[in-house]
Amino acid sequence: MRRLSLLKQPLLSVVNDHLIDYPTPSNLSYWWGFGSLAGICLIVQILTGIFLAMHYTPHVDLAFVSVEHIMRDVNGGWFLRYMHANGASMFFIVVYLHLFRGLYFGSYASPRELVWIVGVVILLLMILTAFIGYVLPWGQMSFWGATVITSLASAIPVVGMDITYWLWGGFSVDNATLNRFFSLHYLLPFIIAGASIVHIAALHQYGSNNPLGCLAVVDKVSFYPYFFLKDLVGWVIFALFFSFFIYFAPNALGHPDNYIPANPMSTPAHIVPEWYFLPVYAILRSIPNKLAGVAAIGLVFVSLLLLPFINTSSIRSSNFRPLHKKLFWLFVADCLLLGWIGCQPVEDPYVLIGQLASVYFFAYFLIFIPFLGKFEKALLHYVPRD
Amino acid sequence: MGVASAALLGLAGVAHADEAEHGLHSAAYPWPHEGMFDSYDHASIRRGHQVYQQVCAACHSLNLVAYRNLVGVCYTEDEVKAMAEEIEVTDGPDDTGEMFDRPGKLSDRLPAPYANEEGARYANNGAYPPDLSLITKARHDGQNYVFSLLLGYREPPAGVSVREGLHYNPYFPGGAIAMPKMLVDGGVEYDDGTPATETQMAKDVTTFLAWAAEPEADDRKLMGAKFMFALSLVAVQAVYYKRWMWSPIKARRLVVNAVH
Repeated sequence: MRRLSLLKQPLLSVVNDHLIDYPTPSNLSYWWGFGSLAGICLIVQILTGIFLAMHYTPHVDLAFVSVEHIMRDVNGGWFLRYMHANGASMFFIVVYLHLFRGLYFGSYASPRELVWIVGVVILLLMILTAFIGYVLPWGQMSFWGATVITSLASAIPVVGMDITYWLWGGFSVDNATLNRFFSLHYLLPFIIAGASIVHIAALHQYGSNNPLGCLAVVDKVSFYPYFFLKDLVGWVIFALFFSFFIYFAPNALGHPDNYIPANPMSTPAHIVPEWYFLPVYAILRSIPNKLAGVAAIGLVFVSLLLLPFINTSSIRSSNFRPLHKKLFWLFVADCLLLGWIGCQPVEDPYVLIGQLASVYFFAYFLIFIPFLGKFEKALLHYVPRD
Repeated sequence: MGVASAALLGLAGVAHADEAEHGLHSAAYPWPHEGMFDSYDHASIRRGHQVYQQVCAACHSLNLVAYRNLVGVCYTEDEVKAMAEEIEVTDGPDDTGEMFDRPGKLSDRLPAPYANEEGARYANNGAYPPDLSLITKARHDGQNYVFSLLLGYREPPAGVSVREGLHYNPYFPGGAIAMPKMLVDGGVEYDDGTPATETQMAKDVTTFLAWAAEPEADDRKLMGAKFMFALSLVAVQAVYYKRWMWSPIKARRLVVNAVH
């Protein structure tokens, strides 16, 4: 009996079916390249992280100097660390663009609800991983950022403080906290990797959406070589962008206070999270009540999760939805505005601007998304009397 | 360039609403090592080390820098060995369990002026002179801030009173700093004969501290220039190859025959 091609045999056939012969809509634009790019970012973070962990010490007295040991004494250590630190920012840039692409082209809409939901779960895991990762160098911003964010749990009525102590493993952010954060920071990326496989499996059930948003079965091409080569262009251009930060502006996206060793006795003048958290941080601070602020952060992710179910438009692509196109770009501008507000002090006029921007943020998801589809349908069926 | 790109992305740190509270914003000085293709002025690092050693080291530690780091950067190996041998380092325990003093070696770190923070505060009226190893990375405006601060001492303006033991310096957050003005013309003897003016010393010591904070910068930029050049060639190839492979797909003509 003739042996089947290697690619038709168990396990390798999975590679073939999902990465080589996989049918892909021929009209996908470069905006569809951010999915594979996000996968590359995850691999870069895991690889650099594994090597950094070989030299890092998760102890309050040694963490800061062990990071400097990596920077100064380990061969290529500065490269590993700058790649990992900036890689987190790159990962978020890529994932945010991926998310906005899905939003613009209606990639979350039926039948791809599960793809979107798993994507939101991955985003949550990424936020958690990035936050605890930022604590590990044990600089001033690490320590105080950890203190502020873990204290959010204390807003929960009755059991809040107990949960906070449980998170800390003591009565303040201390060695126990640093140790568990290191352990979880090593664990979570592998959970993200697993969730990414679920994300791809869910996607490949129905195949990619496309810029027209219509059924694409009529014109598909194999993933390899067409989309491998198209994605490759994106990877190389992105590598250039990433390299610029690593080699020429490695600290541009960081905060100078994190080069001061953590000192529980001295609070920095301003505690600012990393840039990728600023929009959500702005929403948190727009609400004067701590518990309501935490609830608002929860609502951000609930809105994202609800999106496929509250959307009423039967047209996916915003290219054919002129009203949604405007609201979408306004939403993008709103997120950038919230990001800027997030790094301003809590004073006028920033508070008011932040509150208005937060209102639009939620209005986009909870008012415009559910009602715009209905309004569009009404317009489509509107017959003017002559 | 980094600051510019961060500002461009709207990601720059905190806005300074109040200059008295946050310190006067320092000017941007044209550092010779600032550009993408610029390396450190190593003669300046050497002079800066002399300023650090003769002036700053009396109060400020430089804990992350070892003597070996200076070799090939601003001194020869013999020079650094001789320099290291001038200090006494406690080592041990020896075979009898006792600690002993020995001359410094290349692998030793630069000596700290105080045994601990408490001792430093006691000797400085409660103020703690920070370690300078990362100072240009650990402050807003980095090296520009350090340079401005060193030269920023002046009489307090009318209406501003500075507590006894503090000194007026508008670049320091709050305006009152415990460190007195340390740089005066001729305060240091340079071994290359450069006239030790106040501004010369401030520039040199800032360059030295910028190197101490980012000793990898020269290697990093060189590696970056090589890598990004090579990657640009790869990018051209990738774009060309993609277009070539896609050309049959792009050149297709779909005919919709609605009649038949």
